[in-house]
Amino acid sequence: MNASPISETISDAVVIAKRDLLVWLRVPSFIFFSIVQPVMFVLLFRYVFGGAINVPNTGGYVDFLMPGIIAQSAAFASFGTAIGLAKEIQLGVVDRFRSMPMARSAVINGRLLADTLRIAITTLVILIVGILVGFRFHDSLVQAVSMVVLAIVFGVVITIVSAYCGIALKNEESVQSFGLVWLFPLTFVSSAFVPVHSMPGWMQAFANNQPVTIVVDEMRNLALGVPGSHDLILSVIWLIAIAAVFTPLAVRSFSKIS
Amino acid sequence: MKNAIEAHGLCKSYDSVKALDGIDLSVEEGKILGVLGPNGAGKTTLVKILTTLTRPDSGTCLVAGFDVVSHARQVREKIGLTGQATAVQEELTGAENLEIMSRLYHMPKKAAKAKALELLDRFDLIDAKDRAAKTYSGGMKRRLDLAASLVGSPSVLFLDEPTTGLDPRARIGMWKVIENLVGGGTTLLLTTQYLDEADELADEIIVIDKGKIIAKGTSDELKRNIGGDVLNVQVASEDDLGEVSKTLEKLAGSTATLSREELMVRVGVGSRGSSALAEALRELDKLQISIADISLRRPSLDDVFLSLTGHSTSDETSTQDSLQKPRGKRRTNER
Ligand SMILES: Nc1ncnc2c1ncn2[C@@H]1O[C@H](COP(=O)(O)OP(=O)(O)OP(=O)(O)O)[C@@H](O)[C@H]1O
Ligand SMILES: [Mg+2]
Repeated sequence: MNASPISETISDAVVIAKRDLLVWLRVPSFIFFSIVQPVMFVLLFRYVFGGAINVPNTGGYVDFLMPGIIAQSAAFASFGTAIGLAKEIQLGVVDRFRSMPMARSAVINGRLLADTLRIAITTLVILIVGILVGFRFHDSLVQAVSMVVLAIVFGVVITIVSAYCGIALKNEESVQSFGLVWLFPLTFVSSAFVPVHSMPGWMQAFANNQPVTIVVDEMRNLALGVPGSHDLILSVIWLIAIAAVFTPLAVRSFSKIS
Repeated sequence: MKNAIEAHGLCKSYDSVKALDGIDLSVEEGKILGVLGPNGAGKTTLVKILTTLTRPDSGTCLVAGFDVVSHARQVREKIGLTGQATAVQEELTGAENLEIMSRLYHMPKKAAKAKALELLDRFDLIDAKDRAAKTYSGGMKRRLDLAASLVGSPSVLFLDEPTTGLDPRARIGMWKVIENLVGGGTTLLLTTQYLDEADELADEIIVIDKGKIIAKGTSDELKRNIGGDVLNVQVASEDDLGEVSKTLEKLAGSTATLSREELMVRVGVGSRGSSALAEALRELDKLQISIADISLRRPSLDDVFLSLTGHSTSDETSTQDSLQKPRGKRRTNER
């Protein structure tokens, strides 16, 4: 009912996105979480764990690591989304927006817009640090850019899932404590940090077939120039499927907030 | 006079809870309606329906002439909402908060800035405009919150417990702000758990409990309905209690109650409070009884509530308490 015109849908989302970015810039812990922490992860894995991990590819662990850590950071950036949405619902900020003559979708769309930018920034920062500690792309520029784009799209899709969790829980503490626990097995029991074949057999069955591994493997292929892989299509199918399931769920629980 | 808000038979259930159970109300343009009720009475649910956030299960409701369900968008153009929780963006400054709100009302940048400044000035926040809202006091945050609901120049404003959680001084400050709002012709619906607040601000009051309206009227009407004024006499010596009680009963023509602990005699004197007070003073003076204190009390809304619902508005206020404390005195204590 009462749909807003398209121009308003966009301009309202942009206002919300600007606001979310402004808040992000104001809170030191958000900056820490989305920039400093991923960089620390890079250094930690590169120098502390890296020596003990055997990888199949040329270029050594740093080349193996970077696609994985970029994907993991993009996924973890969605914590901010879930917490932010839950808090806003809890505080009644969303109620106020919903009582105003603005596009109702703007609260979600604006946040996704801001988060896409945030994820892109995080990704680029990590990439630069990675290059400083020895990471190199082994293939063309097109492949390199494709990897970055895939990472960002992956981050946005995970953000949609997190947004749904935040909206459904409507409570900051719940989100902080258990709302996003699923992210841990999904990112760590994957090929992001170690080759899957180093895991116990039963775990490999999960690790090999879950979307994070599929996306990270494809990112790795793009970065390291392994030809003839069909993983890109599989990655895209997974990402579309996840978005197709969780977008309507998020929208539905958003419309039932009050 | 036209009605700015008109609701008929509003019902809303959550699972097994009947949050609203047939609410009818109307508010004339430019008036303040106080919705008074204890925790869980259904106040917020009512506000959410009137502000298009929730649909009623049944019943109809017009706000500013538009149906809240079928013409939600038009209603939203006309209303402002300050919810029960303070909905300001703590990390952003007061000015930024209001500018963003103005932008969401589709004002151009310059107009948005001007609107923000105008409201900051009006709500006495101009000196704090460039500070993050998280550094504001509770009262300042609440004023900013209220300012945010006025960005769209609403003709009907909804305030859900605007002073809950504020200290007494900030509360009174907030009352002043609210009183000034209505001068401009804005219609206001305000919910509260504080009886003195409804008394102070509202032209008309509805008392709700468990989703039902249990009384409505002006605060005077409500007080009148539960009986008249009460004369309290405190004596200096216990020996005089009997005599005083007899005297007061005679002049009031009703039964007195007396409390030995407090050395207090109380008697209902209907609507002739002041003449009864004068008469009592004369009689007791004639009998040469020394009086520690004598006071006349009109029933407070606390009493109204108590007599209507059989339970008090809050757990701290026991029956005894609310009967003992004259309303005027309680308020000064709170300050
Ligand atoms: N979203 C909801 N889901 C389930 N029950 C609800 C919901 N909202 C309100 N209720 C229930 O409906 C009843 C009325 O709640 P409401 O919030 O309207 O009361 P209130 O008068 O605003 O109370 P308070 O003074 O505590 O704010 C309560 O019993 C409450 O538990
Ligand atoms: Mg409430």
